[in-house]
Amino acid sequence: MAAINATPMLRAQAVHKSYGRLEVLRGIDLEVAPREVMCLIGPSGSGKSTFLRCINHLEKIDAGRLFVDGELVGYQQRGEKLHELRDTDVCHKRSEIGMVFQRFNLFPHMTALENVIEAPLHVKGERAAVATVRGRKLLERVGLADKVDVYPNQLSGGQQQRVAIARALAMEPKLMLFDEPTSALDPELVGEVLDVMRDLAHSGMTMVVVTHEMSFAREAGDTLVFMDGGVIVEVGTPRDVLANPQHERTKSFLAHVL
Amino acid sequence: MPDLSARPEAIKAVPLRHPGRWVAAVVVLAITAEVVGTIVTAPGLQWDVVTHYLFQGYILGGVVLTLELTVISMVIGVGLGVLLAIMRLSPNPVVSSVSWFYIWFFRGTPVLVQIFFWFNLNSVIQFVGVGVPFTNIGWHVGTNTLIPNVVAAILGLGLNEAAYMAEIIRAGIISVDHGQTEAAQALGMRRLLVMRRIVLPQAMRVIIPPTGNETISMLKTTSLAFIATVTELFTRSEQIASANFKIIELLFVASIWYVFMTSILTFGQFYIERHYARGSQRELPPTPLQRFRRILFQGHAPPPWPVAADPGVSPGRHT
Repeated sequence: MAAINATPMLRAQAVHKSYGRLEVLRGIDLEVAPREVMCLIGPSGSGKSTFLRCINHLEKIDAGRLFVDGELVGYQQRGEKLHELRDTDVCHKRSEIGMVFQRFNLFPHMTALENVIEAPLHVKGERAAVATVRGRKLLERVGLADKVDVYPNQLSGGQQQRVAIARALAMEPKLMLFDEPTSALDPELVGEVLDVMRDLAHSGMTMVVVTHEMSFAREAGDTLVFMDGGVIVEVGTPRDVLANPQHERTKSFLAHVL
Repeated sequence: MPDLSARPEAIKAVPLRHPGRWVAAVVVLAITAEVVGTIVTAPGLQWDVVTHYLFQGYILGGVVLTLELTVISMVIGVGLGVLLAIMRLSPNPVVSSVSWFYIWFFRGTPVLVQIFFWFNLNSVIQFVGVGVPFTNIGWHVGTNTLIPNVVAAILGLGLNEAAYMAEIIRAGIISVDHGQTEAAQALGMRRLLVMRRIVLPQAMRVIIPPTGNETISMLKTTSLAFIATVTELFTRSEQIASANFKIIELLFVASIWYVFMTSILTFGQFYIERHYARGSQRELPPTPLQRFRRILFQGHAPPPWPVAADPGVSPGRHT
């Protein structure tokens, strides 16, 4: 479980984000320790996905602070002032954070293996032979050793999402973000993706998972966060929050999804 | 569990007759034969003149020149077009405005005028060069030396083409799902790397068919190079015709070569499209030869693009 006193892998302080006049995040404070698995739940439009996208700076936050592994996301503090990071630095930091998308977003013109080794080759500058060996191992790890040379459109949704997880792992990230990884899948394919994620959680990966899979949250999650209207309504261990929610809003949400 | 071995016999129905199709085919063929026949057997048309000039050295030289103009102008058009398209999508307002202005200007003036402009540039600017302002230090060259006739034609055609190609390439780029860019960025890829490795290869599927159009169009637009006194295929056949008055015959000569070159380009386009279809179809489209074989041995044509067959796996949801 989470080590005490270590630098948190993720720290959010009063994170605010608006699109025009719409305030999507209205002050998010949370911490994720190394090796911790945090699940974010909440109704659609509650800001979960936006928060996730802020963590690797796909979205800029308007106010507050976000730290990954002790370092500010997207900015640099020099004296009193915040300076925007150069593109190179933003990209470098993103490369240390893996992200898995609801709609997989595999590169359709590349085979499963090419998808996995793309970033190691062209972002890290790894040698082709080395990257290929590791790529094959990763595909094997997600149970797709026989699909190495297959294009994404010949894979089922569950298989595609597992390739996407392998692709993210290929950069050896210190933090993995999952944005509703099973929401676009046929019900019978959800299990295979959750199995891979469960293994990953057991291997000690730090994970932030936006999900509607309460069973996953209960089994693999260390912390469960319920968000609504751009704020955190309730935080606790999954067991406590799911069995004994304290807030009315949490109760009514869980009553609908459980 | 149903008994799988008890599969009923495959359906062998008497095929439905289509008399309408036969009638339509006969009518269309009859009209075509009549039109072609009238022209080919025109009393004054001398086919021996056509065959004589078809492989004549002067005409062949024109064919080569036409091809050179086409290839070089298209290379300029595509190269500059990619640059302009990326500039137009740039977050830098100056860069994107410059691209917008370029496209506005070069699409807004006739290509004939543009070729003529480059050809006559020396009448207003005798020398071009680079140097330190207000000093004599620098390098100068006469405009006519720098822009001989062929270069004037290539500049006119290529720079004009770039404006059109820029819009075609921009259309291709914005047709690629934004999720692709996000996934690439999340892996730490930088803007230009995302463009080169992820977006452009996928945009190619949208870019190639109109680019094929443009190339074929360019092949024939090169005949405008006559305004810069470049004697390409059409100009040369006109020159011969004005001497021997075999106008239609020499138009035939030029047309046969244009059609021949267009056919080769069409053929090439098919294979380029096939290459970039990787991963977008379960099965690549059949080559013309494969189609021909299937018509011969199966008695009907396969659809030009294969219908997604059940490959035995659940295809998942394509969102």
